[in-house]
Amino acid sequence: MAKSNEPIWWSLFSAGGMVAAMVLPVLIVITGILVPFGLAGEDPLNFERIHSAVSQKDSVKLVLFIVITLPFFHWAHRFRFTLVDVGLKSVSTLISVLCYGGAIAGTIILVVIFWNI
Amino acid sequence: MAETMKLEIFRYRPEKEKEPSFQTYKVPFREDWVVLDAINHIKDEIDGTLSYRWSCQMGVCGSCGIMINNVPKLSCAAFLKDYYPDKIRIEPLTGFPVERDLIFEMDDFMTKLTEIQPYIIRKESEEKPLEEGEYLQSPAELAHYKQYSMCINCMLCYAACPVYALDSTFIGPAAIALGQRYNMDSRDQGRDARQEVIASHDGIWECTFVGECSVVCPKDVDPAAAIQRAKVSSTVDWFKDILIPWGKKK
Amino acid sequence: MSVYHRPVSNIWWLKRKPYILFMIRELTSVFVAGYCIFLLVLVYKLTQGADAYGNFMVALKLPSSVALHLISLAFVLYHTITWFNLTPKILVLYRGEERIHQGLVAGTFYAVWAVISFMVVWLVLGV
Ligand code: SF4
Ligand code: FES
Repeated sequence: MAKSNEPIWWSLFSAGGMVAAMVLPVLIVITGILVPFGLAGEDPLNFERIHSAVSQKDSVKLVLFIVITLPFFHWAHRFRFTLVDVGLKSVSTLISVLCYGGAIAGTIILVVIFWNI
Repeated sequence: MAETMKLEIFRYRPEKEKEPSFQTYKVPFREDWVVLDAINHIKDEIDGTLSYRWSCQMGVCGSCGIMINNVPKLSCAAFLKDYYPDKIRIEPLTGFPVERDLIFEMDDFMTKLTEIQPYIIRKESEEKPLEEGEYLQSPAELAHYKQYSMCINCMLCYAACPVYALDSTFIGPAAIALGQRYNMDSRDQGRDARQEVIASHDGIWECTFVGECSVVCPKDVDPAAAIQRAKVSSTVDWFKDILIPWGKKK
Repeated sequence: MSVYHRPVSNIWWLKRKPYILFMIRELTSVFVAGYCIFLLVLVYKLTQGADAYGNFMVALKLPSSVALHLISLAFVLYHTITWFNLTPKILVLYRGEERIHQGLVAGTFYAVWAVISFMVVWLVLGV
């Protein structure tokens, strides 16, 4: 039997799904409601504070890396199968390349941004 | 006048038509009738040419599965009164080729069942001689797989599965659940052999966890859970192989 | 004897409610990824200096931004709920012969979610 490589994508999908489920709702509440409506004080996400946290602390970078990139892989896997499920099985290889490729591209972009900060 | 009900039934008679059609029958409505009773009434009193499968009339043989208003059901367990007074639309189980009327071809399912080797496998060196008696099992060990052993092979789960309907190379819910039933049996040692099929591309990885297989299952087998758990254990295998390649074959 | 193969329509998922809900669940991933792209841009703006970042923060007040956030929130919450509700299918735990109650397994995830959410508010907003 040809060894299936699905486990690697499936574990990234699951890890990303868990991260997204746990932290994205509260982050959306922060950037979509609390901050714009001033419910968290004057400019709580001010440049000095956020910039120094992200640029100086590797732990913050690591957490951001996990929170941003794993959900990309969650999307890639889920969306790939959504497209297959609506009948695009004949181009499934192309779909896989585009979806996982997109997630990998997003990851690389974040690494480059961290490099330059 | 007695109450009646309409049944719109899928007809396909390959010797005289290329395309299937629907035929509507009017049957008496009775509180205690299941859909199978109504179909039997049609066969006996109205139209003897209607073909369908049934046997036990009590939800154990698994042969009477049909689509009722697009939902897979055992026709011997679906009451008319749950649909009355609306018309009921009856079709053969989705996802399978139709042979005649409500009878579909189940060869593919049978092949898949045998592919996963649904019987206890022992390593040759660990097979006990007969005089040493049976392999004992505790109630706790039984509890781990009992749910998966309740399957009656009715194939409702396949009919609920869009992945199988789209591409029948998928091994499908009941077969994988049955594989898990033996994998989790403390007396069995055949998991490696079954993984060849279960962990392959057409095995568990095709599944997108729609979850309807478990909803329609008349025996609460929960094949969707069996598949997800097989994904977890196959992923663990995969990482073990990558991280400790020398520990691969015992 | 020739068997009849019924064609499967590409809109099979519109035919029954559970399938529609399944599709919505799968499409939440688009909003998950969309919001993560937003976070990516936010981090990028940090590298562009205080002005660029400041303008980005002001833009959060735009009605279009708030609206997009609210729509994303609805979908991401749907993801969270469906995700946690399916955890007992995967984590099947036994205590002896008794299966640990499914609600307890899912409930644990909801509890952890609440704790994490408070921690995130506290850490990100510093309140
Ligand atoms: S798993 Fe359930 S629905 Fe599927 S064949 Fe077995 S009894 Fe029928
Ligand atoms: S007739 Fe046997 S299960 Fe319905």
